[in-house]
Amino acid sequence: MMIDQNTRKRLFEAVANRVIAGADELTDLDRAIGDGDHGTNMRRGFEAVLAAVDELAAKNLADSLKGVGTTLVMKVGGASGPLYGTLFLSLGKSLADDVSREQVADAFAAAIDAVKARGKSDVGQKTMLDVFLPVLAVLREGGDGLPTRLKAAARLAAENTIPMRAIRGRASFLGERSIGHMDPGARSSELMIDAVADVMEGCA
Amino acid sequence: MVEQMVGGDVPLGWCGGDPDGGLGTNVEAIMAAIDRAWSEKGVAILVDLGGAETNSEMAIEMLPESRRNRVVVCNAPVVEGAVMAATEAASGATLDAVRRTAEELTPA
Repeated sequence: MMIDQNTRKRLFEAVANRVIAGADELTDLDRAIGDGDHGTNMRRGFEAVLAAVDELAAKNLADSLKGVGTTLVMKVGGASGPLYGTLFLSLGKSLADDVSREQVADAFAAAIDAVKARGKSDVGQKTMLDVFLPVLAVLREGGDGLPTRLKAAARLAAENTIPMRAIRGRASFLGERSIGHMDPGARSSELMIDAVADVMEGCA
Repeated sequence: MVEQMVGGDVPLGWCGGDPDGGLGTNVEAIMAAIDRAWSEKGVAILVDLGGAETNSEMAIEMLPESRRNRVVVCNAPVVEGAVMAATEAASGATLDAVRRTAEELTPA
């Protein structure tokens, strides 16, 4: 599957627009169990991505992903900057322009490991990782209707963070009180997966 | 506070706030602060909250290779740690000694 310049631009725009559209919701989620800046920070980061999207998409997939990662690191301005930045930077290390599903899954798995190391976290701690791991599993399965199944997996995984108790991040300071609220990072991850899946459906 | 205590003896840098100037953190500002505090002995970083720590680690990784292994983030409370670190640094201590002094304040 060729991820050409046009596709790269559509992917980055879709993800950025999706996150920006959800920024107020992310802020609300983060007010409940964080410091209320997740939406603002992510909006800032992705507005910077949008502003540079033509320049970013003009590079090959690897360099454009690294460009997105660097932009997020420099512009998000909160704990999620290094985390999402690391995700994209890592993806940019292992993807050529022409990729198979397995290669994307391998790259995603490596990127998840990089995020785990960066955030000193793991699945089960009520974070973005709790969305990434289930989505990776579906990606590895492959099969029919993949975009729809990826979206459903991301949606379910984000909802599954609601009853979890936070063990990482600002929410962990709330202990039991973090239960009953969706993790904001899980929601922003879901939004991104959703956007990518939409573009995939458009390419099919 | 630290500047008052160690005056011009120790190069210092500080920063705070996100790229728009609100509450938060900013990798570029951290890198600039590291540069202002730079000396051949290196830089000890004291941070307040988790986001600052992760962004500081990121900033260190983005430094030129020649500087990267001489910048450390101390696991210490920001105010007391900075004061102790600066005092230790002013006495001519190595980066390692400065870090250990700051981290003595943190319960094991």
